[in-house]
Amino acid sequence: MFLIPDPVGRFFHRMASPPHFYAFTEKLMPWLVGIFLILLACGLYGGLYLAPPDYQQGDSYRIIYIHVPSAWMSLFIYIVMATTGAIGLIWRIKLAEIVAISSASVGASFTFIALVTGSLWGKPMWGAWWVWDARLTSELVLLFLYLGVIGLYNAIDDKRTASKAVAILALVGVVNIPIIHYSVEWWSTLHQGPTVTKMDKPSIHVSMLVPLLLMALAFKFYYVIAMLQRARLELLQRERTANWVKKMVTEQVQ
Amino acid sequence: MTLQEFFAMGGYAFYVWTSYGICFLVLLANIVLPIIRRKQFLRQLALKQKRQNL
Repeated sequence: MFLIPDPVGRFFHRMASPPHFYAFTEKLMPWLVGIFLILLACGLYGGLYLAPPDYQQGDSYRIIYIHVPSAWMSLFIYIVMATTGAIGLIWRIKLAEIVAISSASVGASFTFIALVTGSLWGKPMWGAWWVWDARLTSELVLLFLYLGVIGLYNAIDDKRTASKAVAILALVGVVNIPIIHYSVEWWSTLHQGPTVTKMDKPSIHVSMLVPLLLMALAFKFYYVIAMLQRARLELLQRERTANWVKKMVTEQVQ
Repeated sequence: MTLQEFFAMGGYAFYVWTSYGICFLVLLANIVLPIIRRKQFLRQLALKQKRQNL
């Protein structure tokens, strides 16, 4: 704890308090939405209009600008969910539990988008909507993990117990994350290998890479926005009897 | 490039635009639904409080 500078420590301490979190996220929201929309507009303009067609795949490759960022987000959000879940499990911080469960639906959505757009890309390029290869199958398992987390959470009435159960499930499922990432290297597959994360020499031209990175950043901001909206709802539902909620509702009625 | 060429996506219009369409619908729903549900929940709480005060 001594390593964390005081203002940062104070920030996290305050953010763990529900009324502060609720008020702060409300003030933060317009900024997040603004930055997200700018990044999205630039990314879409660059990807759909400025970037040239692929020399092999023509214009069909433009699905990459939502497919790859969505797939990245599906892994990233899972790691956030498992980490905040573990923090909630160990230190019983209510807001960590809320961030974990609020991430699940956003993560499931990105996994779904990655699978569907992959399917819509696979049909014209591979001639098949779906193949049972390692990358696709492990990503489908990820979707089931997310749905399992959401289902388990909704099945248990006491939300603190539910959060514990969900965190354990999420932590067990972390095994799947490296499997998804390395699936294209460990198994022979129809899915193409990594093109961007070969940091020394990405095999993608800069005019295609820049919009891809812009979209990836836009999706990061999107995740924060969507997760916080879900978290605000979850927080209110859990804290319905707390004084700060009662006070807020009273002020709203008057 | 004309607007028509742009929307044709070199013959891949169906695949490209369906992908983008589904993507943005799902992303929009993820933001709009929690906001609507939160507003509803706040209204419920307000109603409950009013009844208790009567």
